[in-house]
Parts: sequence; C-alpha cells; structure tokens
Amino acid sequence: MHWVNVIALSLMLFSGLQIFNAHPSLYWGNRSDRGKELLTLGAHRDSAGNLVGTIRMGGHEFTTTGVLGVSKGSDGTLEVRGFPSWLTVPGPGWLAMGRRWHFFFAWVFVLNGLCYVSYSLARRHLQRDLWPTLNDWRGIGHSILDHIRFRHPHGEEALRYNILQRLAYLTVIFVFGVGIVLMGLAMSPRMDAVLSPLVEAVGGRQSARTIHFIIAWAFVAFVLIHVFEVLISGVFNQLRGMITGYYKVDTGKVHTAEPDETISAEEPSHD
Amino acid sequence: MTDRRSFLRMAIMGTASLIVAGCDRISQSSWGPKVLDKAEGLNRRVQVLLSPSSAMAKEYTEADISSVFHPNGTTMPSTPAYQALMANQFRDYKLQVDGMVSRPAMLSIDDLKKLDTRTQITRHDCVEGWSAIGKWQGTLLSAVLDHVGADPQARFVVFHCFDEMDVNTPYYESVDIDEARHPQTLLAFALNDKPLPVPNGAPLRLRVGRQLGYKQAKYLSRIEVVKSFDTIGDGNGGYWEDQGYEWYAGI
Repeated sequence: MHWVNVIALSLMLFSGLQIFNAHPSLYWGNRSDRGKELLTLGAHRDSAGNLVGTIRMGGHEFTTTGVLGVSKGSDGTLEVRGFPSWLTVPGPGWLAMGRRWHFFFAWVFVLNGLCYVSYSLARRHLQRDLWPTLNDWRGIGHSILDHIRFRHPHGEEALRYNILQRLAYLTVIFVFGVGIVLMGLAMSPRMDAVLSPLVEAVGGRQSARTIHFIIAWAFVAFVLIHVFEVLISGVFNQLRGMITGYYKVDTGKVHTAEPDETISAEEPSHD
Repeated sequence: MTDRRSFLRMAIMGTASLIVAGCDRISQSSWGPKVLDKAEGLNRRVQVLLSPSSAMAKEYTEADISSVFHPNGTTMPSTPAYQALMANQFRDYKLQVDGMVSRPAMLSIDDLKKLDTRTQITRHDCVEGWSAIGKWQGTLLSAVLDHVGADPQARFVVFHCFDEMDVNTPYYESVDIDEARHPQTLLAFALNDKPLPVPNGAPLRLRVGRQLGYKQAKYLSRIEVVKSFDTIGDGNGGYWEDQGYEWYAGI
C-alpha cells in the first residue's frame, strides 16, 4: 500500500504540474480576475529580447529563468512554461494527456487510501498505533527536543510511533489526503452541483484550486522530512521494517512479529 | 558544498527526467492512453451517481459577475458565411435544427425567444483551470427539442459551429440527452443583459451548467439530434475530444 501510494502521489504531482501549467496562476474566490493573482509563473522578454521567467507572489517578483516561467523544453530551447519539463508528465505541454494521468492515478490514490484506512481500522492500527495516548501527549516536549537534536529512540521504544510521528501521519492521512481529494472534487463542475456548500465554505472554486496546489506541496514537504528521518534513523533497518515487518532492535536480536501484533511490531508500518 | 549541492540537484533532476521520459513513452504508446482512459468512464459513472442528473449548478448573484468574461478559443470566426451574417448584425441568422426530429426547423433568434427562456448567473470553468461568472439569457434546449419533436430514441445532441479551428475543421460539440434536457442547458443569446458579443459566441452559443468550457460551443450554426456521433468529425463527439480531451467534461 505504501509503495502504491508513492507511485500514485508522484505521478499525480507531475501530471498536476502539467495541468497547472495550462494556466499558471492561482486566485482566491470563485473568479480568475486579471490583476488579482495570488501567484503567477510568468514570462516576458528583456530589453535584449531574451525570455525571462518569473514568479510573482503578493506584489513581489523574482527572476526564475531556467526553472519557473521559462525553461528549456524537450528540444533544448527556452520556452514559456510554468514548471519545467523535467517535472511534468507528459514532458512537453500536453494538457489532455496530463489530465488522463492525473485522473487515473487519482483513482489509484483514492482506492489505495480507502483500503489502507479500512485495513488499519479493522486491524486497530489506527486506534492503537496512530491515535495519540495521554502518555504520548505528556511526552510531546521531550519528543520535540529529541527530534531537534536528531536523537532517535532505541530499543523497544523504537518499535512504536512517537507523538510527533503520530500527529504527522494522522495529519497527512486525514488532513492532506482527504483534503486534497475534496479540493480536487470541488474543482469539478458536475460535482459542484452537489458540493457547492463545500466550495463556498473554502471561498470558491479558485480557492479550492489554490488549496489543492498548496496541499500538493505540503505532501512534497512531508515526503522530504519523512525520507530524511528514515535516512538518519537507520535506513536499512527501516526499509526492511517497511517491506517485511522485521525490525532489528538495538539489543541485537531480531524482533519477530507475533501473528496478532504484526502491525504494532512493524515500525513505520507503511504497508 | 557547491559540488554536493549540484550533485543533489543533478540527482533530483535526473531521477525526475527518467520518470517523465518513461511516462512520455507510455503516453505515446498505443496501450498507455487506453489504460489511462479507463478513468474517464469511471469518472462519468461515479459522478452521475453522486451528482444526479437533476442536480443544479450553483447560481450566483449580480455582484459575483466577472467584469470581463474572458473569451477563449476563437474570438472572430473568419468563414465567409459567418462574416456575411455579422455584416448584417445577425438579422438573417437562423439556427438549423435537424437529425432525428419530426419537424426540422430554421429558427431565428426571435423564434427562439418565443420558446421557454431562462436567465442564470453561472460559473464557467475552463479546462485550463480559470473560472469566470456571467449572466446568461437563452432558450431552454429542452424547449427547442420539444418544438422540433426530437425522437425519443435519440441519444445525443450535436452542435455544429461557424468557426473553423483548422481548414475544413469546424468546431463542434455534443452532449447526451440527459444533459441536453437539463434546465440549465441553454442556447444563450445574451450575456450580462446585452446581445451576445462576437468574442463570446454571437449570435448564439450553448451553455451547459455542469461541464467544462470546451463543451460550451460558440457560434452555433446547426444542432443535430443523433443516435451516435461516430461519423461526425473524427468520431469522438467534439473538436477538442478529437484532440484527445475527454468527452465527459464534468471534471
């Protein structure tokens, strides 16, 4: 499940950036009024006639030629495009194909997510391993300090999620995961016939598009931190835990999961 | 440090490029798009289930109307037939209605105004991502279908347009009968209380409340009631559909 999610999320990010490139501006509300952009990846020509790529945000403009606004296309020449071709699926500007990739993997993401949540509820993974206990809350200060110092739990302690992990995973699953799907659906004109209370609650369809975009990057930020934490806490052991469920504790013995506690024994259990 | 940073940058760009290149090969293969296309049928079925045919698109207030309703695609059809009509302020315009109907008709804007009309302030969502809000006044397509006696066996309504996207490739679109008979599906002749401007599709355009912008065909010349659109254009039900966009434009 975890690795299906990795594939689906990556392809949705890449194809999502392709879709974003079709109109590389974000707005708040229901309308896309010219001059009211919150963010624009733009392009213009300088006095010498060269293409200049820019990002404009809240009245500030930064030159980003080569990456945002203007970058090299698949034929190697500079072209006007929001995100660069090495970050979009398909590489060249091709909105229709980007949409196909996006909607296909949206279904993969949603069905995989539903399977994960129902499995986790049934096996009490959510209730037991992710929902913070009173004790977890008491230890939050300690846990924050440990994280800042890059100190990771050892021994049996490493077999359970700490409070920050629990909060991070719950936020990613239920706020980012559910939120990005709902914001995606809020952009669908057909679904808006029944979802308009939600659309208006977040400010309008263009707000939904903006939030969808922000959550996508929040996912990227989460993945960067997540991969970093896995790397510094013993990458081989963690990966083995993710894939097989075996996780070596410091005492030297290999902890073998009992059949009825498979899930709690899998440190980061990302099945 | 610079070396390490540039190495990291190269590694990220390289990995991303490999994924993108792999995906591009799939996009260009014969089987890839067919697999990805499975999502369209799923989108349509699930969305129709969750948002029933009778569900109405949200209608806004006068205060919500866009100051400029951005015209997209063709903004001035260059065909002689259109230019001739425009030169006369569309006074000679007649919409041809035919196909599976018992009383084929040529309807002027005044004829259309005599049928059931509706005014609605609705949001237009372009496939590119932007939105605009406009006040549309038009004749209910269902009233036109009743007026000409559309055959109950018919499944789609095809909209033929004056504007050509390429030589001999006129714009066209189609919707199914459910969408055609929806109360917010109009043949609009006015935008924001004024006759429809040329960039927005004068003298008559389609408004479908719950589909993306490319469905909202402009510069209508003829509507045809059919059982299948296989023999029209490249057979995908619309100009953009022939370019690879989904026929179901509800998302």
